[in-house]
Parts: sequence; structure tokens; C-alpha cells
Amino acid sequence: MQENTDIPMIEVEDLTKYYGEYPAIENISFTVNRGEILGFLGPNAAGKTTTMRILTGFMPPTSGTARIAGYDVVDQSLEVRRHIGYLPETVPLYTEMGVIDYLDFMGRIRGMGKEWRQRRISEVIDICRLGDYRTSLIGKLSKGFRQRVGIAQAILHEPEVLIMDEPTIGIDPIQVVETRNLIKGFGGEHTVILSTHILPEVSMVCQRVIIIHEGQVVAVDRPDNLSERLRGTERLEVDIRGPSADVMTALRDLPGVQDVTRADRDDVGVYRIETTGSEDLREAISNLVLQRGWGLLRLQPIQMSLEEIFLRLTEPDSDRE
Amino acid sequence: MKNTITIAWKETRTYFASPMAYIIMAVYAALAAYYFVTSISGALPEATIRGYIIPSTFIFTLLSPIITMRLLAEEQKLGTLELLMTAPVRDFEIVMGKFLAAMASLLSILVPTVYLVIMLTWFATPDIGPILSGYLGLVLFGMATLSVGLLASSLSGNQIVAAVLAMGILLILTVLDLASTYAGGIFEVLVLQLSITTHLESFARGVIDTHDIVYYAIFTTFMLFLTVRSLESRRWR
Repeated sequence: MQENTDIPMIEVEDLTKYYGEYPAIENISFTVNRGEILGFLGPNAAGKTTTMRILTGFMPPTSGTARIAGYDVVDQSLEVRRHIGYLPETVPLYTEMGVIDYLDFMGRIRGMGKEWRQRRISEVIDICRLGDYRTSLIGKLSKGFRQRVGIAQAILHEPEVLIMDEPTIGIDPIQVVETRNLIKGFGGEHTVILSTHILPEVSMVCQRVIIIHEGQVVAVDRPDNLSERLRGTERLEVDIRGPSADVMTALRDLPGVQDVTRADRDDVGVYRIETTGSEDLREAISNLVLQRGWGLLRLQPIQMSLEEIFLRLTEPDSDRE
Repeated sequence: MKNTITIAWKETRTYFASPMAYIIMAVYAALAAYYFVTSISGALPEATIRGYIIPSTFIFTLLSPIITMRLLAEEQKLGTLELLMTAPVRDFEIVMGKFLAAMASLLSILVPTVYLVIMLTWFATPDIGPILSGYLGLVLFGMATLSVGLLASSLSGNQIVAAVLAMGILLILTVLDLASTYAGGIFEVLVLQLSITTHLESFARGVIDTHDIVYYAIFTTFMLFLTVRSLESRRWR
């Protein structure tokens, strides 16, 4: 390849897309380096799919530019399409075709020669563990296996850039773990962009994360920095058997507790504790309950919802770089 | 070109793997045989195949949309169009591939009618010229109907809508030659020339007129051009 390794594999500058009057994304800019796995995190309708469709050349932006491997997605669309592997969210497949036939077709329309095609088809079948389903009709495969066929076609032509829209949606938990490991393995060799609305997934798979919300970039960071920033917002849910009034006051008096709300479930009090500090209050709470001789039935940190994370990140006082 | 053939080959395989291919073939064979037998059963029968060439215009307006309806509509419904359009394939290569596949399907339904020609030559001595020109006319007419079908298929994600739309357009284009009498004057000629059936008649009589060939070529090219545009427009929505 003629490209310089120093230039970023994906460069996006001020990308804006309007659907009629409504902006799907506004002034999105980011770059992805060669071999990097970038997570695209955002709730539904945040603009993830729109951005990916622009990058793959499926639709043009209203304004702004995007370059993949140095090629402009609008002016050099065919070149761009040669360099990408794409897995759309719905995993569209020809249901009436067999797995091998389908992969062969996808290889052909990407201009792969016979030998390369045959070698790669057997490779991707191994990678995606489709060995037992070579000749099965795609329409008869389960959702998880279709997902694998979708991934297989995306990596078939050894693309430099892999674009995956919600690759783990709608498949069972074991397959989710497998898929994540698979994607992790693509880093280094391929440059990967994947979108998701699951926060832990990003920290597991990606080296860098872009959070977008309502079409705008809210934060760009490494996943561990992000969790750091989001710390101190932990919430705990505790089930305690004991006199509720006492429990309430005792919990409120603990240092680091901001607020306690209470809901009863059967004869047990369920307390929702909002903490302010960054320290872990779980030990303090369990000690307190033991000292008072109450019963500690459950103690669970509650994860923030994506919406809350966005609120947090868009708060004016948060330390955005 | 390679991409076009790849797509055409894939579509052709899919078509012949479905029962639709054989149903359409059987329906056309039965209808052609019926029209053929009636045409040679008169008092002074002519040893020609005109009997089924002319009624084929009506049969094709119904069968062609069924051949083409899934070609682009299903890709839209399944979402596979997104993968096809993000592969390094040009839009016109997609359209041409689909069109070639449709042509192969159409040629396949003509194959069983060769039996009627064999029967005719067995029992009579027909003039071979009009037979060949008749088939050429049918192929050209078929091309035109398929291109309308493909355009309709690109406009909808629903196969039924695509088929009904194409049938509607084709029926209107077919009745234009009847409507022309009411137009009068210069418009009569104009409307008559626009009708897709008018141009088939000379072929059926054994006359190969370049202006009829040009008509079908331009008509088909224009429809395919609109189909490419319609695909392209998905990128701009």
C-alpha cells in the first residue's frame, strides 16, 4: 500500500448530515490511527449509524469531509469501498444462499481473485467458526450464526478498515463474549470502528471511545480515563432488614453519602444511596449494618444509564479537555 | 463488467432455484400453445407463429413484472442493498447485472415454445424468416418490459407494489395504440409510435425495421438509466 503509516487511517472533519430539516449529526470530527479499535458509544438515534453510513460511502454528508486510508468518501468512493469491510446493524444477508456461496459472491464483487478468495473463505470460516455450516442456507441459521456470517463477509477481503454497527446486538451472552474477543483480535492488523450502546463493551474492546449524543461528540477519551471521570457518581442499592427510620438516619450520617431514598419490598427495606465522594462506601455500609445488628441482604452498585452518563459529561463543570 | 456478470450469475442461479421460474415457464408455454393452436385451426390456416407472437405482448406485460419484482425490491427489504452499494461496485453494474439475469429468465420461458416451431415445420413448410424475426421481436419487446419492471423494483421495497406498478405502466403503454385513434392528427402518429406494442407488429409479419429496433433499444436504455438514477438517489436521501 502506498499510504504513509503516519497519516491516520480515518479522518473525519466537521461531518454534518441533515435528514430534511433535522440534523442527524452535526460537526463531528475525529481521527482513528492505523490498528486502533475505536468505540462509538451513544444511545439509539445518536447518529452512530449515520456516521458509519457516510464512512462506508452509502450516503454522502451534507457538509464536511471524511477520508479513509487517504481517500475521500465522496470523491473517491470506489477506492474507499475497496478498503473497508462493513457489518451493518441488521446484518443483511441473502437468505436463500448457502454460506460458502454467499462468501464467494461477496469476494467476487470485491474483486478478489480465485486463489485469494478460496484461501480467505476457508480462513474466515475457521476464524468465525462456521465449519459445520459451510453449505447451510443462511436463512436457516440462527441469529448468532448469521452474525458470524456477517463478520466473515466483512473481514473476507482483508480490509484495512472494519466498520461494525452494533456487532453484539441481539445475540446470546456466550456469543457476545466470543464476538468481542474476535473483534479485539482484529485490532493491530485492522483499524476498527464499532458502535455500541453498552458502556462496558467499550472498555472491554476499545482503545479509545467517542461518545456521541444527539448528533454531537460529547467526549473522546480512553475508556479507563472515562471511567475515572465518571467515578464519584456511584450509586448503591442496599437491602437491609431493620427499623427503617434508624437505618435511614444511620445511612445518611455516613460520610460520603449524598442522599438516601427508600422503597419497601416485602418486609425488607430497599435503600438507594447516592454517593458524592470517589471512595467506595460498600465496606462502611456493611460494617454499619453489622454493628447495629441489622440484616444485610443485598449490596449492589448500580451502573449509571447512558443517558445519565451523557448528562454528566455535558455538565458545564465537568473537566472536559 | 466482471461485477455485472457476477451479479447476473448469482441472480440467475437464485431464479432457477425457485419454483417461480418453472411456473412462469409453464404458464407461458400453455398460453403460447393455446394461441398457436387457435391460429392454425381456421378454415385457411397459415403456417406462421404470428398466432402467439402478438398475444405475447399481453402475456409479457403480466409475466415480466413477476420476473423482475424481486430483483431490487428484495435487496431493499433485506437491507442487502446497503452491502452491495458499499462494495466496490458501480450502480450501473448492479443494474446491468440484474437486467442480464432478467433477460436470461425471459429467454428461458421462450425455450419451450421452440417445440411449437418444430411441430410447425414437421407438418407444414413455414417461411423461416418471419419465425426468426418474430422471436427477435419478442426478445426486444421482452427487454423493454423487463426494463420497466426493473425500474419499478428499484422504486419500492415491496415486491407486490413493484409488480403492480410495472404491470400498470406496461398496460398503459400497451393500450396507447388503441388510444391513438382518439388523439387525432399529429398526436395520433406520436401516441401510436410511443406504444410498445406497435413496434412488435412488423417483426411478427417478418419485417425487421431498424426504427423498431432503435425504438426498443432507446426505450430499454432509458428505463435502465432511470433505474440507475433511482438507485443513486438512495445515496442522496
